[in-house]
Order: sequence, then structure tokens, then C-alpha cells
Amino acid sequence: MAAGAQSASLDDVSTRPGRDTIVSSIVRWTFISLSLLFLAALLFAPLATVFVMAFEKGWRAYVHSFADPDTAAAIRLTLITALVVVPLNTVFGLAASWAIAKFEFRGKSFLITLIDLPLAISPVISGMVYVLLFGLHGWFGVWLQEHDISVIFALPGIILATMFVTFPYVARELIPLMQQLGNDEEEAAITLGAGGWITFFRVTLPKVRWGLVYGVILCNARAMGEFGAVSVVSGHIRGLTNTMPLHIEILYNEYNFVGAFAVASLLTLLAVATLVVKTLVERTGYRRR
Amino acid sequence: MAAIKQPSVLPGFGLTFGFTTFFLSAVVLIPLAALVLMAASMTWHDFVRVVFSARAMGSYRLSFGASFLAASINLVFGFIIAWTLVRYEFPGRKLIDALIDMPFALPTAVSGIALTTVFAENGWIGQYLQPLGIKVAYTWIGVTVALTLIGLPFAVRSVQPALLEVQRDLEDAAETLGAGRLYVFRRIILPTVLPALLTGFTLAFARAVGEYGSVIFIAGNLPMKTEITPLLIVIRLEEFDYKGAAALGFVMLVISFVVLLMINLLQAWGRRRIVAGAR
Repeated sequence: MAAGAQSASLDDVSTRPGRDTIVSSIVRWTFISLSLLFLAALLFAPLATVFVMAFEKGWRAYVHSFADPDTAAAIRLTLITALVVVPLNTVFGLAASWAIAKFEFRGKSFLITLIDLPLAISPVISGMVYVLLFGLHGWFGVWLQEHDISVIFALPGIILATMFVTFPYVARELIPLMQQLGNDEEEAAITLGAGGWITFFRVTLPKVRWGLVYGVILCNARAMGEFGAVSVVSGHIRGLTNTMPLHIEILYNEYNFVGAFAVASLLTLLAVATLVVKTLVERTGYRRR
Repeated sequence: MAAIKQPSVLPGFGLTFGFTTFFLSAVVLIPLAALVLMAASMTWHDFVRVVFSARAMGSYRLSFGASFLAASINLVFGFIIAWTLVRYEFPGRKLIDALIDMPFALPTAVSGIALTTVFAENGWIGQYLQPLGIKVAYTWIGVTVALTLIGLPFAVRSVQPALLEVQRDLEDAAETLGAGRLYVFRRIILPTVLPALLTGFTLAFARAVGEYGSVIFIAGNLPMKTEITPLLIVIRLEEFDYKGAAALGFVMLVISFVVLLMINLLQAWGRRRIVAGAR
């Protein structure tokens, strides 16, 4: 975050007269050690635990835990869910940001608030709303059962709940970015005779590509890691409706710690990869506001 | 369409606006309306009975109490960490800066089982707290620890940009005129970052109140003692008590809206202060 500007001003600090007193260096080391201790206990220790526990019984046991067909099924389900949800929410994010950033219309800020809504809602509620709609005792439960369609405790429910939770991620990254970049180039392209789609793909998309990458990777990380919302709609059927996070819970509750932490290690690596891409994107000059 | 929208040479408003509102309604608004309708279909008497039952009250006490405590811890440590990252140079600063977002990217189930392992009686940290008589895992302290972890990025990332905005020449001027560091902190730094601190607190609180995944592993999940409200909702759903679940969900939804409103007001306040300061 703003690393360049920071380090420039940091050089000033050390050369400022009167700053190198004993008190200021005590304060400085207290702050640094407090920060590191806090993060070590709360963040670094748990992260290290994931890998220590996963490899507790050696490489062989770690690799072997992925041979479990239920684990393989959970990984497959998580990938399928992300493959459906992320593209849909990306298309939505692009459409929403085009409508909101390119045009002035009444109720715009209300629309933005509604798009951000899922971020403020408990994941449990995000899953529950679909149970209330499509569950056995929900509004459409009887109709769905008569027509032999299963939404809850099946793939559609998992996809819907994940979509709800990750709904705003691409849009909220693109809307401020497009607003900031303005409409001049698009208006020039249209005036010179380019069609709407050509303008979008050749002018707008290249301009916002880093914001788009940023939003998509955050959306993907959340989609693959979502627990609460999916837990409510999934029904926890082993090998069928268990995503990776839910499978972790089952293995953990069965005291299969190597198995649980092995799956957890994959999701941790995904989180690390997400942060790496995020840091690289920020280095291109694109910053989070 | 022309009535609500100002004219523009750019095409595609109808398509994108239509798709946005359709998708938003289908995925978010109609399902949320289903919850409100379900709660509204209860009689007032039943609603009150569910929402103010002893078990529900116990869960609110834990959810809101632990979230408040966790957000307060994040208020203090969020500031300390943001200050350390913005003002000091030390080896590994950039790495730590990047890792602050980890709780946000890490699936909650993973942080849940990892924290429980670390803070269990025989865990890396738990074994040193055990002789002191402090039990973290399976108590309200564990709930607070989990909620602190997931709220941390919100607190740090709110304060960081505000700390960068603090005008260093003002600090220097104050010190030249004889102000001590504490005075400078109280009169220059704190007023500048106050809206950001409060926004970070509120964001961390909002996130903590709804949190489910990381808490259920480390909480003992005993009714009245270590059962958070989201878990009580899940239990009601599993009992097919949809109305009871909807009533509790409605309460949480209302609280989310209030918190959301507070965040917007705080951010507007912060922006006004920056504008006023620039004049």
C-alpha cells in the first residue's frame, strides 16, 4: 500500500533533528514488537500450524489423504462452484460498473448500496434466504418437490449461496475505478464510429484490466473458501454436496487431523496465491482505495 | 428510461442497467425479501417469543459482547500495526504489510481449525496459558480471539491511508513550538485518524457479528454459554423451524443495516473533515 510514497517520507524521519532520542527509539521498538507479537500469536502461529499438522505424519500420509474419494469429490465440487460463480459475477460486475460509472441516473447511490449489501450480511443469512425460498418448508418447497427439482442440499443451492456471498467483489472494484478514469476515451471512440461492443472490448476493458483481475481473484478466493452460507444449503452429504471447507469440518470432527489440515493447506496456498497476485497487481500502480 | 437517466453518447445503458437490476433482484433482493416475508408471517406474539427467548438472548450477549471486545482490541492493535507499517522501517515490513490481508483471503474454516489447534490446552500458545488458569479454546475468550483475527484487516486497512494523510509538517511545526510527542499525538494525529479508527472499528464489528466459520470450531457451542447467534440460526434451520430462523435472521439483518448506516455516516464525516482540513 503506497509503498513508494511511504519509503520516501521514511528517509526524512531519520534525518529530522530531535527524532533520534532514547524515548523515541523505545516507543519505536515497543510498537514494532507489539505488532509482531500480536501478529505472531494470531496470524503466523495458526498459518504455520496448518502445515505442521498437515505433515505431522509425513509426506506419505499427506499425499495419501488426497487419495480419499470424498476429498477428491470435495475439491471437484469447489472447483465447479467457482467455475460457475466467478464468471457470472464477473459479467455482473462489468455490466453494473458500465451502467453506474458511464451514466448519470436517479437512485444511483441507492443501487450501489444494494450491490454492497451482501458484504454486510452474515454468511449464515446469505445461505438461509435460499433455504426459506427453496427448502422443503420454504415458499417454493412443495412445488419443487412435485416437479422433482432439488435446489437445497444440491449443487444449485451451493452455487446460489456462493453467488450471493461473492456478489459485490468484482463490481465494487470496477465501479470506483471506471468513475475515476472517466468517459472521454469511450465518447471519442463512439463519436468516431466504433460500436458499443468494440468500444467496450478495445477501450474500456484494457483500461480497467488490473482492477478486473483484482476483483476476480478476490471473488474467486471467497467463492472457494466460503463456509457459512454453503454450510446452510449443502446438507453435508459426503462425496456429493461437500465443498472443501465443509469437508475440512467433517474430517476435523472425526479427528482425522492430517486429512483436515491437508485440505486446509490447499486452501491456505490458494489464499497465499491470492495475496501474491494482489500484491503484483498493486505494483502495477493499481491501488485499492 | 429517458426520464431517469441523463442523455449520453455512450450506448448500452438499457442492457447493462437492465441486467444489473435483474441479476441483483434474482440473487440478492428477492431472497432477502423471502426472509422478511417469512418473519412477517409470524404473529407478533410468536416473533417476540423467539427473538427474546433466553437462549436467543444468551447468543446475542456472546455475539455482540465478543464482537465488541474483538473490535476494541482491533481498534488498539489496528492502530499500532498501521502506525508501525507506515512510520517505521524494519526488515520484513513489506511482507507483513501484504500478510495483513491474510485473514480476509483465508477461508474461515481454515482459520477456525488452526486457531483452535494453537489455543487448545496442548497447543503452541494454549499450553502456556493453561498454567495461568486461562482457557481460550471452547470458551468466550476463544470466540473473541477468532473474531479479532477476522476483523484485523478491516481495522488496519482503514487506519493506514489516514495515517499517511497526517501532515508531517504540522507535527514538525508543533514540536518546534515546544509541543511534546504525546501532545502532538493527541492534538494532531488522533483528530486526523479518528474517523478512520471508528470506521475500522465498525467494519470489524460488523464482520464479527455475522461471522460463523471460524467461531464454531473454537467455541464450545454450548447453549446460553458459547453459542453465537448465527449458530442458533443454523440449529433452528436444521430443526426445520424456518420461522424461528427467519425471525433471528431478521434481527441480525436489522442490526447489519444499522451498522451499515453508521459506517456510511462515519465515512461521510471523515471525508468532510479532510475537505475542511484542505481549505
